[in-house]
Amino acid sequence: MLGYTITQWLFGILSFLAIMFALMVVFTRNPINSVLYLVLTFFCIAGHYLLLNAQFLAVVHIVVYAGAIMVLFLFVIMLMNLNQDTEPQKTVISKVVAAIAGGLLLFVMVGALRGSEQLQIKQYGHSDIGLVKNLGNVLFHDFLFPFEIASVLLLAAMVGAIMIGKKEIK
Amino acid sequence: MTVFLIYKAILCVLIFAVSLGVAAYATWWERKFAALLQDRKGPNRAGPLGLFQPLADGGKMFMKEEIIPNVSNKFLFILGPSLFLFLSFLTGVLIPWGKDFTYDGHALALQLTDINVGLLYILGVTSIAVYGIIIGGWASNNKYSLLGAVRASSQMISYEIAMGISIIALVITAGGTLSFREILDTQDAGLANICYQPLGFLIFFICALAETNRAPFDLAECETELVGGYHTEYSAFKLGAFMFGEYINMFVSSAIMAGLYFGGYNFPFAKEFYHMIGLEDGSAWISLIGAGVYLIKTFIFISVFMWIRWTLPRFRYDQLMNLGWRVLIPLSLLNLAITVLVEIFIRGTIQL
Repeated sequence: MLGYTITQWLFGILSFLAIMFALMVVFTRNPINSVLYLVLTFFCIAGHYLLLNAQFLAVVHIVVYAGAIMVLFLFVIMLMNLNQDTEPQKTVISKVVAAIAGGLLLFVMVGALRGSEQLQIKQYGHSDIGLVKNLGNVLFHDFLFPFEIASVLLLAAMVGAIMIGKKEIK
Repeated sequence: MTVFLIYKAILCVLIFAVSLGVAAYATWWERKFAALLQDRKGPNRAGPLGLFQPLADGGKMFMKEEIIPNVSNKFLFILGPSLFLFLSFLTGVLIPWGKDFTYDGHALALQLTDINVGLLYILGVTSIAVYGIIIGGWASNNKYSLLGAVRASSQMISYEIAMGISIIALVITAGGTLSFREILDTQDAGLANICYQPLGFLIFFICALAETNRAPFDLAECETELVGGYHTEYSAFKLGAFMFGEYINMFVSSAIMAGLYFGGYNFPFAKEFYHMIGLEDGSAWISLIGAGVYLIKTFIFISVFMWIRWTLPRFRYDQLMNLGWRVLIPLSLLNLAITVLVEIFIRGTIQL
């Protein structure tokens, strides 16, 4: 079809959808709709993982982000009952400052990406690296130590969250 | 290739139809079963034994007036039940209903697709299944609906953790595969997984009850406190979609339990039996008998779901949370530790 393979078509469609939904997250007024668009964005990104043959990452992405984190987000936003009336209006000066800061960030990113098309992409391992078995081997053999360190970090964060959430410390 | 595509299309329609049929007749069976437990007759007017009752109910659902509250978000209000019904079908694609058979030289599987992260896919679908309830409950713009939706979401998140950990223990027992088909095949040669994972099965079963929002975990639609819970504002077939989705969820999760822990289409002395009645490997009859056995196991589980619903009273909300976080999660971790120790020191399937 038009000289593109099915994978390229999928990539194009998914990228278009992902960027569109990501923009909608920012542009919608209603915070609930924002969250729902963010969930759709996550699904598109999971589709990209599938295209990269990283099935494990795709499913875990859905389970963790769409299934747990965004549900909690929705939960909080619904209970706070945010809407247009209660949202504080920003002053003109903060809008101008935000526009300048955003523009500078764009400038930095464009500058950083300049010349990246000449770089050689080094492929690590083989194309089946995303399958559960291979990923497990990499995580638990080659990168065991960093992996465990990351888990300790997560545990510390979890304990910290529980401590903050406690009403009183006995 | 054409044979393959046509076969998959037929199978797709067939599984869809069977899910719908089973869900419809599960409502009939639920009412009959409740009547049996309460010593009355149950539906007996529409057709013999009340067998046309689901059709009458469905017709009623379609005919009723549809009310969409003025203050609700219309798009999300319609999206909620649609999404709930859609997501309840999604897990069904993974279930292998029978052994492969050969037709005209093609090996065909009685399963829509077998992905190698199958069990994670099941977890993924159950984790997003709550969106239908949350969106519907919030879009109704009603405090009772909102409370029901919030309850449903926190309950599902809490019980998913214990469910996930009990699945990890199962995967270790089954030899480290996440594919549904391979887990069923390991039970063909040896014992069913329930023999190795009794505690894991119990945890999985309780979590499945909680994830499908069935009594005694149906606090999201607790009528004594919340009128109708998340579907208070719904009427006609949108309410029907929520009810139908619940029954399809029940069917699919029963099938998953029957497959993961009770061998699915395998049964004791299956090889001897097939040999005795003179069936060769790859015969379509073997697949059909297997599918029948699998369906019978699934029906037993559906009946157990109903038995529990009509026997046990509903939990209080704090009891529900305590059970999830303070009992099931530590128990599932204990189960995981025991499983690993047994695999290393007794069965020796894991080399250190």
